[in-house]
Amino acid sequence: MFKYVMKRIALMLVTLFIIMSMLFVLIRMLPNQIPAMQGGMDKALHEMRTAWGYDEPIMVQYGIFLKNIFTAWDWGFCTKMGSFLQPVTKYLVEKLPYTLYVNVFSMIIAVPLGIFFGIIAAVNKNKWPDHIIQVFIMIFISVPSYVVAFLLQYFVGFKLGWCPLVMKGGNDFASWAMFHSAIMPILSLAFAPIAGDMRLIRAELTETLTSEYMLLARTKGLTRKQATFRHAFRNSMVPLMPTFLADFIFVISGSLIIEQIFAIPGIGKTFLDSILLRDYSVFMACAMFYVAIGLIAGILSDLSYGFIDPRIRMGGDKNNDL
Amino acid sequence: MDLLIHEFVWEEIKTMISDFDTTFEKFSKDEFTFVQKEEKLHDKKLQTKPVGYVKDALIRFSKNKGSLICFIIIVLLILYAIFVPIFTSYGVSYKDPYYSYAVPRIGFFSNLGFWDGCQTRDVNQQSYEYYSRIPGAIKKDYGTVEHNIAGRIQEWHKIKIDTYNKVGFVKKLLTKEEYEKAIAYEKSSGKQLFYPVIDEKLINNPSYKADQNAWFLTDSRGRVKLDANNKVENIYIKDEKSPDGYAYFLSKMNNTQFETRVLYSEWYLYEHGHYASYIFGADSNGYDICSRLASGARLSLLLSLVVAAINLFIGIIIGALEGYYGGTFDLLMERLKEILYEVPFVVCMSLFQLYFSHKIGPVVSMLFAFCFFGWIATSSTVRAQFYRFKGQDYVMAARTLGAKDSRLIFKHVLPNSIGFIITTSVLTIPGVILSESILTYLGIVNLQSSSITSVGAMLKNGQPVLSTYPHCLFFPALFISILLVCFNEFGNGLRDAFNPSLRGADE
Repeated sequence: MFKYVMKRIALMLVTLFIIMSMLFVLIRMLPNQIPAMQGGMDKALHEMRTAWGYDEPIMVQYGIFLKNIFTAWDWGFCTKMGSFLQPVTKYLVEKLPYTLYVNVFSMIIAVPLGIFFGIIAAVNKNKWPDHIIQVFIMIFISVPSYVVAFLLQYFVGFKLGWCPLVMKGGNDFASWAMFHSAIMPILSLAFAPIAGDMRLIRAELTETLTSEYMLLARTKGLTRKQATFRHAFRNSMVPLMPTFLADFIFVISGSLIIEQIFAIPGIGKTFLDSILLRDYSVFMACAMFYVAIGLIAGILSDLSYGFIDPRIRMGGDKNNDL
Repeated sequence: MDLLIHEFVWEEIKTMISDFDTTFEKFSKDEFTFVQKEEKLHDKKLQTKPVGYVKDALIRFSKNKGSLICFIIIVLLILYAIFVPIFTSYGVSYKDPYYSYAVPRIGFFSNLGFWDGCQTRDVNQQSYEYYSRIPGAIKKDYGTVEHNIAGRIQEWHKIKIDTYNKVGFVKKLLTKEEYEKAIAYEKSSGKQLFYPVIDEKLINNPSYKADQNAWFLTDSRGRVKLDANNKVENIYIKDEKSPDGYAYFLSKMNNTQFETRVLYSEWYLYEHGHYASYIFGADSNGYDICSRLASGARLSLLLSLVVAAINLFIGIIIGALEGYYGGTFDLLMERLKEILYEVPFVVCMSLFQLYFSHKIGPVVSMLFAFCFFGWIATSSTVRAQFYRFKGQDYVMAARTLGAKDSRLIFKHVLPNSIGFIITTSVLTIPGVILSESILTYLGIVNLQSSSITSVGAMLKNGQPVLSTYPHCLFFPALFISILLVCFNEFGNGLRDAFNPSLRGADE
């Protein structure tokens, strides 16, 4: 198992490095790397530019870039976003709490609700609660989250006036005002995962409910409730846990569109602004952040299969011999 | 139970045997003839029609009512996207800035107080006086309401405003021929186009400068000034030659240009032959949302179909080679796919836009970015299918009989998996439509010009006025929601229908 984990991590690092090299070359070769600035600013910018080797050939630039990352964890400097010449890592870390705040809450709402209604649908298969939940799943899997966001903004935010239309700025994450302004983004982020979780749980649970050990459990005298929760539910969760784990990791990456609609100054909005404003260092750092999250989520969900289900663990060593 | 059945069956068998014995004894030997003595026996032709794979899938698909309805809705939406820009009176590039943010109106509904191009709004005294002096602007007056403005109670008016008549009077510069033609039309139809020109020097309120609707005398705050007889005083330019004493035009450029003041809704009727009415309303620039939405939908649908087709093509070729031959090529491609798969889609899309959008246009570079990734999923599906089928006995048999690789791939393996592969790629279409709308909404793909638009760009335009003019957002959002729900349901139905293991499961 340890060998397998090490192998996966080594492979991940290789992939990360290849993607980073590709992105670096592609981004550095774009025109207008650093916009001209006025007065004294221009001098500072010029010095920064020479220090980062912008005038050198691209491979030398990459060497400097790698050296800066490995020696000082320095991913470059902001030119158009944040304060002038601010280190990118510092800027991104400032943005992270907003994204985490909104997304963690939406996951806290989505997972239990999804599991709860998924169980209800599976237990009452082909009865009216199941049909209602099926329609709900059908709609919310397909309807884009921005439509939900617009509906919430119009009806809850504007017509009823219950919540502010955009998220509040500032750092007071513990305050009620902050949570109040975050309710609508949290809800619009939550609907799609709720529907997705419901569908997963329903499919898994209906399959386990018809399995033979369920019949045995009923035959030996367990009530339906006991059999469902102690046997079927536990077993149906096995293939779903890795999915939830991966979801929790993807929470950090934030949603581009919801952050744009509700003006949340999070990672997604930062990434979007870096594209629109052509701040390439921020763009590079954000892109690598996303790549890393994707890789880590993939590895963790793969490994967690092994931790939860011993059969996969045994097979994993042999089949994934790369 | 078992014993009972046995006894019962045994009784049956016994009676059958005894019946047979007794009947058999009745016949003599020469009553029998041979069925066939010399000729060979062949298989008889099937009496029923054979049901092939595709036909069986179609039969089972048409039994799935939900998917069938969704399919019909998709067809209707596609027809809307194709035909509306052709038959509408407002083209994609047609815009009328006077009717920006016009509210949806259908002539048929306009008397029902619904979908009638009107908007109920609370306005203050000054705006109320302004609107009440535009012909037809106020459809209904609901009386006064109290508003608390900065701690002071003010009396406001709740009125239903006709957003088409609200435009009121506009200034028109006409040539002599145009002016005379319009006068002739006025006389023949009996409708009044031209109204007296106002003296702009007499406008006291700065916000009414250059506003042709402010034909009444106001104070500097914009409130109406009444004369001694409690009547509204107009600020028209006087002209003794005209029959009612007011000037109806100002001649400019040596009597070749006429500056006139026309009632815009009547002028529109004169120019276009009908009153303005936008089914889905108009957006911030005065574009017709209905035809813009249709052309945006056209773009989305076309793009997603092309992307699906290209991905299918590339995916089948690469996946087939990988799955059939395996070996080093398979290994290399798998590693390449793993790396490409980890590049976030938005990052790739923005790089494509940054590099190519000014050279080959945003739409084509978007297409390339979609195809850059899209084939990965298809080729993985194809590869898995090939791995599944290539080791089966019938393929071995064909190979032993001397079939070439190309024949094995295209005749034996691919037809078995093509249904599954195609349905998977149909299921990618809604994903492409959704991504396209998100990318254009966010502005990563910039698709805003007079001749081209997309659903996402329309959403982007509508969002700032969500609270005042929700129709700008409502129709594009509704359209894309219906399209995506239907496409997903349709795709699921198609997948179930093409899945042979579900055959007969619903009966």
